Amino acid sequence: MAKTTPNHTQAVSGWAALDSSGKITPYIFNRRENGVNDVTIKILYCGICHTDLHYAKNDWGITMYPVVPGHEITGIVVEVGSNVTNFKTGDKVGVGCMSASCLECESCKNSEENYCDKVQFTYNGVFWDGSITYGGYSKMLVADYRFVVAVPENLPMDRAAPLLCAGATVFCPMKDNNLIGSPRKKIGVVGLGGLGHLAIKFGKAFGHHVTVISTSLSKEKEAKTKLGADDFVVSSNAQQMQSRQKTLDFILDTVSANHSLGPYLELLKVKGTFVIVGAPDKPMGLSAFPLIFGKRTVKGSMIGSIKETQEMIDICGKYNIMCDIEIVTPDRINEAYERIEKNDIKYRFVIDIASESSKL
Amino acid sequence: MAQTTPNHTQTVSGWAAHDSSGEITPFTFKRRENGENDVTIEILYCGMCHTDIHHVKDDWGITMYPVVPGHEITGIITKVGSNVRKFKIGDRVGVGCLAATCLKCEYCEESQENYCDQVQFTYNGIFWDGSITYGGYSKMLVADHRYVVRIPDNMAMDRAAPLLCAGITVYTPLKDNNLVHTKGKRIGIIGLGGLGHVAVKFGKAFGHHVTVISTSPSKEQEAKNNLGADDFILSTNPKQMQAKKRTLDFILDTVSAKHSLGNYLELLKVNGTLVIVGAPDKPIDLPAFPMIFGKRTVKGSLIGSIEETQEMMDLCWKHNILSDIEIIATDQINEGLDRLVKNDVKYRFVIDIAGQSSHL
Repeated sequence: MAKTTPNHTQAVSGWAALDSSGKITPYIFNRRENGVNDVTIKILYCGICHTDLHYAKNDWGITMYPVVPGHEITGIVVEVGSNVTNFKTGDKVGVGCMSASCLECESCKNSEENYCDKVQFTYNGVFWDGSITYGGYSKMLVADYRFVVAVPENLPMDRAAPLLCAGATVFCPMKDNNLIGSPRKKIGVVGLGGLGHLAIKFGKAFGHHVTVISTSLSKEKEAKTKLGADDFVVSSNAQQMQSRQKTLDFILDTVSANHSLGPYLELLKVKGTFVIVGAPDKPMGLSAFPLIFGKRTVKGSMIGSIKETQEMIDICGKYNIMCDIEIVTPDRINEAYERIEKNDIKYRFVIDIASESSKL
Repeated sequence: MAQTTPNHTQTVSGWAAHDSSGEITPFTFKRRENGENDVTIEILYCGMCHTDIHHVKDDWGITMYPVVPGHEITGIITKVGSNVRKFKIGDRVGVGCLAATCLKCEYCEESQENYCDQVQFTYNGIFWDGSITYGGYSKMLVADHRYVVRIPDNMAMDRAAPLLCAGITVYTPLKDNNLVHTKGKRIGIIGLGGLGHVAVKFGKAFGHHVTVISTSPSKEQEAKNNLGADDFILSTNPKQMQAKKRTLDFILDTVSAKHSLGNYLELLKVNGTLVIVGAPDKPIDLPAFPMIFGKRTVKGSLIGSIEETQEMMDLCWKHNILSDIEIIATDQINEGLDRLVKNDVKYRFVIDIAGQSSHL
């Protein structure tokens, strides 16, 4: 497959990993001309998702180097294709994980294009013109308008960026499991990181009792005082886990490290639901007895459709939900990667791409 | 805890395992007097469930020896307690896995008593009077009327017996996933044994396309010719598994051996559901990617309530669904257990308890 095609004439500055060391260095590449269905976006900010590290280091064996990561992108529209009616230059927009899907299958037709089996991602994908997709660690992006959302006026662009992946990823399971509009459920969030902290904010905004389940006792105070969690359980503390058995209606598991599900399932009431959104690379241990004896459900969920992403970001505008971030300049991406691996971040790094450090 | 109580005065002949060798030998023990809520049943037949093997060999570390297994029981009522309205002497009845529940919790009140957290099973349980429960490998049973179902007239008692556990275990997932009254879905059944063969019959009776998924090539012909399955996939054949990716709406996993769910999950369409009813004692491998990328669901299910069991039994009568069995005499129980361990039965052993070998 071609890395560029004849219409890829726009030179762009970005940052890429060139091999499985995962080290990110400046990289210049070409993007396509703005087509009839495209918008060109001057990128202001890009969140760093744990998935970026997996690709940079080729953890999943699927990386096409050089890879330009980044799928939590916010920016300003600078050019609009002739077929595009829902955006104009100057609009504040966001782009998440998807760059293309087939547009014709049952999933695409049902606004579930994130499950299209020909979905192509914002980076490390193959676009309709055969070119490899490059993501948001770059100054500019050309995106098909169908994969772009509008960012509400009242959300600052830096704190909105991680919503494009982390936000959609935790929002959709809550929506699918009737947690919007039916308050006072007891929900658990496993893992307090980029995804987990947003899940707590959504959970509280939707009127639920929220329990954080974490391996790190040090996270308890922040979870309760800053994020508003009602309860905190250390998962390695057998007594705490035992005392919370059969108390939760729903658990969202955001943990990307390898882990076994048995003890978490026991926290669910009979018929409770457990949704996996983190993606450990080794299979998780699923104990049959807690599943069977408690008629429990385990589901997977992946990001959201554009429709759901827009819905989510509009709700964030309404409830004033935004990510807690630490801004880094592009020359500090590698340092951020090292800290993410140690979980040393509250709760998402966001790259100041335009490096102007002014809020837009 | 007492193994008998003052009102346990009825001597009963049965068959029990006395240690974890699992060897079954004749055993005489006592049952309670028929109380006001009880019925006494002369047992005609008792099916042999894989769970019986797990208990006699103490695979789960919970067996109280001596254990009298058996929870797929059919027989004739010989005594009726003064509070019992819905049964009379001479009625043909069945008893499954449940001996007692708390009667007060939200599950008991909603006819989901199989999920009561004080549920006691027909054998190896503790009844309300503190006595250990002994199951259907015996000549007579005293059961609380609330845990007894009627066997329709003219339904063969030997072929009906396995429906009391195997039948209900596969029926409730079909019901809970809207497969009883809607037709035309594509369902897969993993494992062609006591549970699997009944699931195939239900699937066809309810108007679905049924695929049997098995590790044994020898089962293909029977699956298609005798049981009416539409398709057969050899799960150890990667080409066949690949060809059927994303084709099934629903899969019922009846396999009790440890296995990995990854390949089976890929057979499901997006949004598809896999229900686990077999109970491996080691955790099952659950890979995250097929769950997440396909928005798939894995659920557990445990037998059924008495209300669901009666509903299933009546449907079996309507659709002429009976287990395919091999009758054995009481002195062949050990041989039956050995063959069951090797999966050498089409598809359920049924013990001829009353020694009559005539259809009742």
